[in-house]
Amino acid sequence: MNALEIKNLKKVYGNGFVALKGINLAIQQGDFFALLGPNGAGKSTIIGIVCSLINRSSGGVIIQEHDLFKFPREAKQSLGVVPQEFNFNVFEPIEEILVNQAGYYGIERKEAFKRSEIYLKQLELWDKRREMARDLSGGMKRRLMIARALMHHPRILILDEPTAGVDIEIRRTMWSFLQELNKNGTTIILTTHYLEEAEQLCKNIAIIDQGQIIKNCAMTDLLAELDSECLVLNLKTALEISPSLEGYPAQLIDSQTLEVQVKKGESVNQLFELLNQMNVEVLSMRNKSNRLEQLFLNLVHSNKNNQEL
Amino acid sequence: MSSLYKNTPYNFIAYKTIVIKEVLRFSRIWLQTIVPPAITMGLYFVIFGQLIGSQLKDIDNYSYMDYIVPGLIIMSIISNSYSNVVSSFYSTKFHHHIEELLVSPISNFTIIAGYVSGGVVRGLVVGVIVTIVSLFFTELHIHSYFITILIAILTATLFSLAGLINAIFAKSFDDISIVPTFVLTPLTYLGGVFYSIEMLPEFWQSVSMFNPVLYMVNGFRMGMLGVSDASLITAIIIILGFIMALGAISLWLLHKGVGVKK
Repeated sequence: MNALEIKNLKKVYGNGFVALKGINLAIQQGDFFALLGPNGAGKSTIIGIVCSLINRSSGGVIIQEHDLFKFPREAKQSLGVVPQEFNFNVFEPIEEILVNQAGYYGIERKEAFKRSEIYLKQLELWDKRREMARDLSGGMKRRLMIARALMHHPRILILDEPTAGVDIEIRRTMWSFLQELNKNGTTIILTTHYLEEAEQLCKNIAIIDQGQIIKNCAMTDLLAELDSECLVLNLKTALEISPSLEGYPAQLIDSQTLEVQVKKGESVNQLFELLNQMNVEVLSMRNKSNRLEQLFLNLVHSNKNNQEL
Repeated sequence: MSSLYKNTPYNFIAYKTIVIKEVLRFSRIWLQTIVPPAITMGLYFVIFGQLIGSQLKDIDNYSYMDYIVPGLIIMSIISNSYSNVVSSFYSTKFHHHIEELLVSPISNFTIIAGYVSGGVVRGLVVGVIVTIVSLFFTELHIHSYFITILIAILTATLFSLAGLINAIFAKSFDDISIVPTFVLTPLTYLGGVFYSIEMLPEFWQSVSMFNPVLYMVNGFRMGMLGVSDASLITAIIIILGFIMALGAISLWLLHKGVGVKK
């Protein structure tokens, strides 16, 4: 069953700018889905239309088998949204923000207080519950928005750059929280500029550029399209310049970190032999995790070239 | 019918949530919302009622002070119900937390009802406080509790709706003060708060009859003192007509997403 279906969705803004040129997308129940694209590609417009914040020009949106435009109440009941920008009343206490949010979804205050306690504790905000939202740090505000989006137990959670501007520790905590949520059956749709985040978390991916979907597949299939892999070598010997390794393009990141491109299917033994001959000792090696970044750039670049042709 | 029944508890909880939120909002900033009208109206009672009013003759067998009390109470209800909704809804737009409502399954009718009820509550709270302040200067006259309360609630509803429409169209904080300054205040002052229109030349009496605020002031005065420059039935019909028209406009604007959606 599809959690979200977008059919031939088009959006032309008042100034004539065509933001969406007929988007078709189906996201399965239980998926952890990445919606990626460069700035201005149309991601926020799609999310805005699905969340009823932007009027569509034409096309359809089906949420949990309910047509958003014919049965908005039923469709919206399944949706939780964590927007990119803080959009809560900063002059309200945190607990009140959550309780009000639950009320908008028809949840009685008594039950809303119980749920707010659960989520505030899970997201480590319980001690701050009586404080005004304006007094929270950036990371806390992000967590508050996640808690708020979960108050009505949505079956689909849309996260628009949820970890923007938060430190790595909080980001990792948020990742595990979201993974747990997804494991429990919540469909998660994520937009992010941290491609490593999408690679780590998401099962399926769509890349949008200039108002069109240019790629929509499983994350593993997309990553399999890479014809080379980037290995990060931690060196014992400090180097001043990047060594010349025939057949292995290399880049010295700092005096003891070397990034080497290895073609798919090619043995790394040869690489180590070359390093050995140069008396370069390797302490450890790992895969560079943001493989998606290269693919993303390739796809967007090739789409741009096609448009120009 | 069954769908309406099914949605009723949900809509009621959502409505209650908005009303509680609105009441908490203006209660939290009571120094800005509740105290100033009490002080302003207290000054009106002192200056116009006692100092100047004592030099004037009775109107419709009431002292000038007694005559202006209903007008000043309804004036405070008008300005507070209007300003509550216009400032609250506009700041909801400005700070983007209107998105909380737009994303949720709340119907547009419930959003309007919630904000308007918040405005009505503030209007009535201020009205009661101004009435209490008036007791320091004169006795309370109530000709008909039913008419007094009915006109107060209908007037507060009408101006809450007007405030909502102003907020929907407003693009800056300046836009929310234009209507109160250039439309609402002149209409209220010329609506018979401080005088009976019978005191005006015939031409200006006829012109005054086109001022809708006149009917509210006089309807309320009828409830409190039992005297009025306009028929009560006409006043109620005019107020209800405006409420229906502004209510329909508000619903249409939210349905189209004017001022709240891109």
